Parts: sequence; structure tokens; C-alpha cells
Amino acid sequence: MSADLFRLDGKTALVTGASGGIGAAIARTLHGLGATVMLSGTREAALTALAAELGERSHVQAADLADPKAAEALIVGAEAAMGKVDILVNNAGLTRDGLTLRMSDEAWAQVLDVDLAAPFRLSRAALKFMMRRRAGRIINIGSIVGSTGNPGQANYAAAKAGLIGLTKALAQEVASRNITINLVAPGFIETAMTGALTEEQRAALAGKIPLGRLGQPADVAAAVAYLASDAAGWVTGSVLHVNGGMAMI
Amino acid sequence: MSEVADKVKKIVVEHLGVDEAKVTPEASFIDDLGADSLDTVELVMAFEEAFGVEIPEDAAEKITTVKDAIDYIEKQKAE
Ligand SMILES: NC(=O)c1ccc[n+]([C@@H]2O[C@H](COP(=O)([O-])OP(=O)(O)OC[C@H]3O[C@@H](n4cnc5c(N)ncnc54)[C@H](OP(=O)(O)O)[C@@H]3O)[C@@H](O)[C@H]2O)c1
Repeated sequence: MSADLFRLDGKTALVTGASGGIGAAIARTLHGLGATVMLSGTREAALTALAAELGERSHVQAADLADPKAAEALIVGAEAAMGKVDILVNNAGLTRDGLTLRMSDEAWAQVLDVDLAAPFRLSRAALKFMMRRRAGRIINIGSIVGSTGNPGQANYAAAKAGLIGLTKALAQEVASRNITINLVAPGFIETAMTGALTEEQRAALAGKIPLGRLGQPADVAAAVAYLASDAAGWVTGSVLHVNGGMAMI
Repeated sequence: MSEVADKVKKIVVEHLGVDEAKVTPEASFIDDLGADSLDTVELVMAFEEAFGVEIPEDAAEKITTVKDAIDYIEKQKAE
């Protein structure tokens, strides 16, 4: 098997949430494999800084995915800027944690909107173009929590579980057009979000992970790169768990 | 042939890659022209774009032949 199978030269990728820890790692990895990338998020300064770091073959388009109209505009913009979107990585996501008894409708709706409805809308818009080209890859970033649940994250767990259903339904709808839809489900990944933990807390967490350490954004990015590559041409509707063995499902 | 009919035919030929002669008014997209359900969705979207009309889902379901499409679009245009 040739290593070229994993290269992405000539391919284009739109990465949402590229201003965040995991999204930036995904963008760096895909770009490093030769892809042209479109970086999206709401914080334009962070996106521009990443684009400056990557240099050529990088584009920026800010979008607030809480706005239902933003998804289509982002896809149309990315198609225009790069000529096509071969790979869509639905990575943007947020949490609004709280026990259900105290969770507001607003906190529920916001998480469902950004974490589930936005990937649906982005996929719908991107598929119109991918169907015509008879090629495309959509990679959704879920979470271990979408399979196991987690107290205090009813909204987030529901959204991420929903994303699995969306992935599988969509994979069946468009398989005949040579478009694959898969989901990467990270476990506990070290990002700015988890930086607030004390050494003790981190050690306790690592103790629950068979591979003995927290995950890095690059661990997730490598899984995305595989699913985006020609090597994964016969993989669709699947959930790839990247969690150090924390949940073997 | 009307302008609408002409354009519909062209879109069908282009999209399904079928011989123009096969695209008769009575031809069924699925039974005669080899379309699958995704093709019919794509065709409806192509019609919407080309004619600037909106074809709601319940109407789209009833468009199974070339003539169905022409009739529907002409009716929309007349309104
Ligand atoms: N970290 C983990 O342990 C972990 C574990 C499992 C799954 N995940 C999933 O991995 C993905 C990335 O998470 P992360 O850890 O990298 O978190 P992060 O650093 O907080 O990044 C989240 C990204 O989502 C974007 N985003 C949030 N709301 C948005 C909105 N309304 N419109 C557009 N973009 C929006 C953010 O953009 P701006 O900052 O520019 O608004 C940011 O780039 C998420 O889907 C998350 O659920 C993370």
C-alpha cells in the first residue's frame, strides 16, 4: 500500500470550528497532507492567524452557525473561494452544561442548533455540489458522550448522539453518488477547555484511560485525515472512536 | 414545442445522460429513463433553479414523467 493513498494533494477541505483546539489541528493536518483549506469559526482574528501560519492554500470565512442562514452562505463562499469543497469537516461545537432539572430551553436549543442542526444544514448545502461531482467526504465530529451519555450534558449528549443518526442516514442516502459520511468520536482531548484542570484532576482522568494519557487534538486530526483520504474510500456510515480505550464501543 | 418543454428536455438529457430521442412527454424518469430517487430530487432542484419556481415536496412527488414536469412548470409560470 502506497503512502500516497493518504495524501490530499489537489483536494479542498472546509473545516468549521477551525479557531478551536481540535479544529485547528484538523486544518493543520489536512493542509500538511496537501489539501487547500477553508477555515471557519466566529473569531476571525484566530482564523486569520492560523491562515497566516499555514500560508498558501488557506482561506478564511467567518460564520456564526447559530444563524440558520449562515450554513448555506458558508458552503457557497467556500465553493467560490476554492472552486469546490471535496471534504467537509463539521467540527464546530459548543457545550452549555447543567443538570437537566436546571437546564433552560435556551441552553438546550443553542446546543442542538450549533452541534446538530448546523452540521445538517452544512451537509445539505455541500451535498448539492458533491452530488453533481459524484464525489465528496463529510466528516462529523461527535463525542464519546454521544454514545455513553454524561451527567450534566443532556443537551450535548443528545446533539452528539443525533449526529450519529444523521451520519448513518445521510451515508445511505448518498452512497450511490460516491460520497461518504463518517463520524469521529473523540474522548477526553486536551484543549484550552481542559487546560483549567489541576494536575491531580488530569492524573485522575488519565487513570480512567487504558492508554494512560489524555488525547491530543492531533489524535483526532489523524482520524479525520484517514477518513478524508482515498484510503478510506470504502468506509461510510461509520463511527470511529478516538478515546484511548476509555469506552470500547 | 414550447420553450418550457424544450428547456425541461435539455435538463433531463443533461442530467440523466440519456439520448434525446428517449425523452418523450410520456417517458417516466424512473421507469423509462433509468433515474433513481436521488436523480428525481436533483432534477426537481434543477427545474427550480432553471425556471425560478418553487416545487414543494408534495408536488414534486407527483412529477414522474417529462410531461408532468412541463405541465407543472407551465402552470406555475402562468400564475
Ligand atoms: N475537547 C474535547 O475533549 C472534545 C471531546 C469530544 C468532542 N469534542 C468536539 O470536538 C469539536 C471541537 O471542540 P474543541 O475541543 O476544539 O472546542 P473549542 O476549542 O471550544 O472549539 C470549538 C469551535 O467551535 C466553534 N464554534 C462554537 N460555536 C460556534 C458558532 N455559533 N458558529 C461557528 N462556530 C462556532 C468555535 O469557533 P469560535 O471560537 O470562533 O466561535 C471553535 O472554533 C466540538 O464539536 C466538540 O464537541 C471535543
